[in-house]
Amino acid sequence: MRLTCPICGDRDRREFYYQGDAVALDRPDGGAGAETWDGYVHLRDNPAGRTRDLWQHEAGCGAWIVVLRDTVSHEVFGVELAMSVGEAGA
Amino acid sequence: MRVDGKGLIDRDRAVSFRFNDRYYTGFAGDTVASALLANGVRLMGRSFKYHRPRGVLTAGSEEPNALVTVGQGAAQDPNVRATVQEIYRGLAVRSQNAWPSLRLDAMEVNDFAWPFLGAGFYYKTFMWPRAFWERVYEPVIRRAAGLGGLSGRHNPDAYEKAFAFCDLLVIGAGPAGLMAALTAARAGADVILADEDSLMGGRLNAETYRVDGQAGPDWAAEAVAELAGLPNVRLMPRTTVTGAYDQGTFGALERVNHHTGRRGGGAVLECFWRIVARQSVLAAGALERPVAFRDNDRPGIMTAGAVRAYLNRWGVSPGARVAVFGNNDDAHRTAQDLIEAGVEVAALIDSREDVAQSGDYKTYAGAHVCGSSGRQGLRRITVRRAGREFQVEADCLAMSGGWNPTVHLTCHLNRRPTWSDEIQSFVPTPGAVPGMTAAGACNGVFSTAGCLKDGADAARTALKALGLRPRRGGGVPDADDTAYRLQPLWAVPGKGRAWLDFQNDVTVKDVKQAAVENFRSVEHMKRYTTQGMATDQGKNSNMAALAVLADATGQGIAQTGTTTFRPPYSPVSIAAMGAGAQGMGFAPRRLTTSHATSVAEGAPMIEAGLWYRPSYFPRAGETTWRQSCDREVGMVRDAVGVCDVSTLGKIDIQGADAGAFLDLVYCNTFSSLAEGRVRYGLMLREDGHVMDDGTTARLGPHHYVMTTTTAAAGNVMRHLDFVSQCVAPKLDLRFTSVTEHWAQFAVAGPNSRELLNGLLDAPIDDGTFPFMACGPVTVAGVAGRLFRISFSGEHAYEVAVPSRYGESLFKLLVARAQALGGGAYGMEALNVLRIEKGHITHAEIHGRTTAFDIGFARMISAGKDCIGKVMAAREGLLDEEREQLVGFRPVGAVRQLTAGAHVFEQGAEATRVNDQGYVTSVAFSPTLGHFIGLGFVKRGRARHGEVMRMVDRMRGIEAEIEICAPVFVDPEGGRTRG
Repeated sequence: MRLTCPICGDRDRREFYYQGDAVALDRPDGGAGAETWDGYVHLRDNPAGRTRDLWQHEAGCGAWIVVLRDTVSHEVFGVELAMSVGEAGA
Repeated sequence: MRVDGKGLIDRDRAVSFRFNDRYYTGFAGDTVASALLANGVRLMGRSFKYHRPRGVLTAGSEEPNALVTVGQGAAQDPNVRATVQEIYRGLAVRSQNAWPSLRLDAMEVNDFAWPFLGAGFYYKTFMWPRAFWERVYEPVIRRAAGLGGLSGRHNPDAYEKAFAFCDLLVIGAGPAGLMAALTAARAGADVILADEDSLMGGRLNAETYRVDGQAGPDWAAEAVAELAGLPNVRLMPRTTVTGAYDQGTFGALERVNHHTGRRGGGAVLECFWRIVARQSVLAAGALERPVAFRDNDRPGIMTAGAVRAYLNRWGVSPGARVAVFGNNDDAHRTAQDLIEAGVEVAALIDSREDVAQSGDYKTYAGAHVCGSSGRQGLRRITVRRAGREFQVEADCLAMSGGWNPTVHLTCHLNRRPTWSDEIQSFVPTPGAVPGMTAAGACNGVFSTAGCLKDGADAARTALKALGLRPRRGGGVPDADDTAYRLQPLWAVPGKGRAWLDFQNDVTVKDVKQAAVENFRSVEHMKRYTTQGMATDQGKNSNMAALAVLADATGQGIAQTGTTTFRPPYSPVSIAAMGAGAQGMGFAPRRLTTSHATSVAEGAPMIEAGLWYRPSYFPRAGETTWRQSCDREVGMVRDAVGVCDVSTLGKIDIQGADAGAFLDLVYCNTFSSLAEGRVRYGLMLREDGHVMDDGTTARLGPHHYVMTTTTAAAGNVMRHLDFVSQCVAPKLDLRFTSVTEHWAQFAVAGPNSRELLNGLLDAPIDDGTFPFMACGPVTVAGVAGRLFRISFSGEHAYEVAVPSRYGESLFKLLVARAQALGGGAYGMEALNVLRIEKGHITHAEIHGRTTAFDIGFARMISAGKDCIGKVMAAREGLLDEEREQLVGFRPVGAVRQLTAGAHVFEQGAEATRVNDQGYVTSVAFSPTLGHFIGLGFVKRGRARHGEVMRMVDRMRGIEAEIEICAPVFVDPEGGRTRG
């Protein structure tokens, strides 16, 4: 498997650390309530199909990236820096 | 026997080698199989289950029968196909699965018991009595099962792994692959051409086809020479592409020195490649399928393509009198090649009715071979024609049931191949592997001209995708374009056993039996009969087994489908995939600057993550680790000790928002920390549990240095990256790991300041350097940093200098310490000191404990947000019933306390429901003269003074213990501050 780091380019999967669903980017406010926090910390979908994951280019530039890919076909649709996703959302 | 004037071997270079207990001679270019056949040896192995005598079936890596072990002892290599292993001077190979000898095999009794050993026999037989499962059946079956064996010793051979990148990977160097490589390389693409064989050319080297008016092998050699001369081409012979993976990644095994016998001295046996290709052309060819008939497994019976390969490539006729049996035109080609080479053809048996006499030999149209005889090698075959049976003398039978495209790699990404009625086999489904185009025989194109054209076309498809233009002109060479015609023939009806899978001894009857017992899905049939398992993975048998199953279940072959093709295409040794990861290569080793000095002092080194740290520093007269450890603890408590703490993670954090960032990642506040001061920090995970702890120093208004525990340094760094990029991307800061940049030493004990003042350019005192102070210092002329922090509970410092000064500073500190009645101390003493002081490590913050559990709930600042704050406030995580950090001390004389033991109330049975807590850390405290421990007990903080029972079931130890406060030495902290 290969991923294209937005900073370093096309790299082998071994350079990346896999975190999980990119929902981790959407940290709730302190007062968002127990249910929201439970969902943020614990609940994850397990789709057969498209996913939006967080990875880190740990053995490279250290960038956290958001990867759009398909868990069935393994096709990678796009990669972007988590930092710019956060800025766009904020 | 060798045939004059044929073959691509070097007859001027004789090579002798050993097979079992005899020496044989072949020529350079021979495989073990071709050389043995040239010497008249047909018996090369024994079958897996029935121990039937077997010879070669094929001439390639798909060989199911002729498996041998190369070499002896630790370096022995089992299950090597004799058809792949090239001979070299000094090569010694042994047959497998036979005892006491290949000719006289005791386990051959299985063959006479065959009526009882059909499909699923052990599922039915070894059912009762139940007590026999583990004690009798399994050991017996295990001894009988398996093919060749390993020595069980450490493998001394060297293996490598390597990465390669290209525009186009061409897999297979037959006519299609060579043409694809030529077309792409001439257009300027960066090409890798990988082929399993030692000699590129594929079937061109095994047939008598002509290409562009030249002999096939000559055309192939010229094509290879042209490719070798191009700077944009890498040729990889003896390299099997074993798997197709995501995004154009391929695994490939290069057999680097299996054909030379070079071992040791840096010679690499195999190299496992990861090849990344923007486009690929699969030109893997096709494999011929045998025909199932009674006793079709005798040595001397092989595929027709193998007979032609031995004849044309190696100049060997596998028999003196060869019969040919087939359902397609290849059978005729085989007979013609044999006649032209002067070999006697006993008969040509064609299952089709409408075939013409193709040469000067007896031809039986509409006939079948339905039996054979000859115990250790073929002597005659039985032919059935129009209901009449007769025998034909022959010592070799060439059989052909048609060809199966080698579609394997196109299925590795979980796509299924497509059934083709025309060739009665499966062909690749286009687009099954993104960027891959199949060409030639593996694509169901069987004529030489068709293969050459298909290869060129596939390369053009790839070039287009790469944005390159094919060079003009240079058309496809002329070659044979005869159509491939066949009539389906899978199994000849009749009594007895007709083999489908030679390697696993699976017969037509077994597959039918599976269907009768309702194992009708192809995946179930495979597992019930074991068809398609082991080293050949059913390459010779899958299609026929499918056809027999389809017939038995009344479905078509296309509906029956195939089993799943998974990597690797052919066996890959674990040693090659894990190259370099044996022994000390298993994990990187991180060494501190004091490593050599510690080793020279005789300190046993222990692993701490990837680091190596000294356990203790033995002195003359000390015979146990406890003696050294107790002395070192005493040194720190009474004088001064020196310990390398460089392995702690150090992260340099700078920026206007550095303080705000630390406030977010730590549960306590750091933005308010004064410059020149250090603070203990507790880091939580977002779920409210403790992640790590450590001290962070403020060196300037926008400059902090964080320390982490040794084991968690990597995790913490990743977590900080996550928080700064994903949670708070707008904070203005940068940070980087400086763990390796600084050598840092703890100087601990009442004499620590005296020691340091002898080295510092500007001496310190309590006024300039109180407890938890930090700042720049000059140590023996070197700019460094000093931190007044204490893990031992004594008056202590940590002094840091750039790593290049680490070794000399360590020596200097230890020498000064010794002059002051102290010395170096290791991990054992460090651990005892911290337990005495009640300091926690990851034994306590093990991932399931909270700040509340360890008594630090009040550290979570109310005035700010932090990672983990919301979830740490959950009701269940603040429950007084939770297990809370406590100390343990023995009541009366006890043998020892043990970490991992559980704690129960006195008189209560030691069962799970009565469990009150557990012990996490223990030590013998030389300061107190007895064992002490840390651990967790329900409502522990309210139970100090209670006497409980510690039970260690694992070690068989019980002890009466008293719950106490977790700080055993100097709970008021007077020694630390003083």
